[in-house]
Amino acid sequence: MSPQNIRELRIVGFLCNWCSYGGADTAGVGRFVQPTDLRIIRVPCSGRIDPLFIVRAFMNGADGVLVSGCHPRDCHYAEGNFYARRRLEMLKRFLPITGIDNRRFEYTWVSASEGQRWQHVVTEFTRGIHTLGPAPSFNPVSETEWNKLAVQASEGQGCPCHG
Amino acid sequence: MSPLDDLKTAIKSRLGELDCVIGWEQGYDQLHATPLFIRSEADLDRLVIGPLAVHNLATYLPGLRGKKVGIIVKGCDSRSVIQLLNENLITRDDLVVFGLCCSGVVSHRKIRAALPVDPGFVEAVDLSTDTLSITASGQTTILHMADIAADKCQICQYPNALIADVLVGSPQESKVLTTLACQEEFEAKSEAEKFAFWQETMSRCIRCYACRNACPMCVCRDFCISTSRDPLWLGQENTPGENMMFQLIHVSHLTGRCTECGECERACPVDIPLLLLRRYMNKQVQDVFEHRAGTALEQTPPLLTFKVEEEGIKERGW
Repeated sequence: MSPQNIRELRIVGFLCNWCSYGGADTAGVGRFVQPTDLRIIRVPCSGRIDPLFIVRAFMNGADGVLVSGCHPRDCHYAEGNFYARRRLEMLKRFLPITGIDNRRFEYTWVSASEGQRWQHVVTEFTRGIHTLGPAPSFNPVSETEWNKLAVQASEGQGCPCHG
Repeated sequence: MSPLDDLKTAIKSRLGELDCVIGWEQGYDQLHATPLFIRSEADLDRLVIGPLAVHNLATYLPGLRGKKVGIIVKGCDSRSVIQLLNENLITRDDLVVFGLCCSGVVSHRKIRAALPVDPGFVEAVDLSTDTLSITASGQTTILHMADIAADKCQICQYPNALIADVLVGSPQESKVLTTLACQEEFEAKSEAEKFAFWQETMSRCIRCYACRNACPMCVCRDFCISTSRDPLWLGQENTPGENMMFQLIHVSHLTGRCTECGECERACPVDIPLLLLRRYMNKQVQDVFEHRAGTALEQTPPLLTFKVEEEGIKERGW
């Protein structure tokens, strides 16, 4: 998993300011070796994370998204992560129908003192994303693909029940 | 007396206290209905009900807030009314609900597909209990109701209005089927197949926002985040990715709120099967929170509340 001999993937991490960001910092201060694919975005609370942040990240080409906040009952704002847990769980369960592999999205709880746990989470998650490989893109990139779509559209394929 | 006469009598007695009553009338031909705003007794003569009155009129209610409004609802529409009430988007005191016992509505998409040629203008329509005969360009076609019933009606669990000041007609049985074959078939596909399906299907989307505008639960109207420039949630290029993003915004905002009335899919001009996404999300909500939107008053939408210990959510260990 070292950055030298493997192609990096784009993994976006949303970390709450009070626990997980601190946890990641602890891991850094402790000089724990971590994969470097993760790009961290610091948010005030996991309750600040709109599930659409994650969807948008996937649509913009992220290969994986990791969300991490304070452990339930430990939220700095008392209840932010309780709401987050419900929202994130619904997104996680919903993703398969869109064709996005829901193993590309994970949410977890890491406290500020859990540097080692953070290292473990990042390493495991990154390993998982590397196993899955780069995410497919919704937007066709080449002219050939556009032409293929035009042909398909003219054939009028659709949901089997609306055929 | 027929249910229609009962309904007219009931509306007549309440019309004086109301600004308007929302119902259906015949549209540009006999096959199509269109919403009718009844303001006087004269308007009442144009009222129609039945399998051709497909629209969910609850969509109009949030916009008419502050007015005294009567509304005619089928079973599925009544769920939207309840959900709007639960979310405090409309006021019960300002509302008179005329409930119907519905035996199902047609899908115009299926009718169009079943007719040998595109009918253009329909000259005559004859409705009986289980057939619909359509005369267009001098040709008469007889269709069976079972073949042209909307998908939602085949699995309808709430045919009778769940909330009603006046309930008209004889109560109907809910359907035995609870899942659609096309839904199960789609869900069983692999991730790659689903991805390819949406990529292809969403390339058809013209981003007309008809699905949003027809949705009774989409109440932000001019403040919809998909048309806001700051923050810019949605780019303007018409690519499958952005179109899909719009649908995901829609579904995400309907989590635990969608009443599966099917207006989004009905309104779609390019036949995108949007309900595949909605039904799947509703199933997840049902599994995790045992919540079905709009089936009971005083429900809290699941994402507006929480439990310290969630029975439905299994946390993944690392």
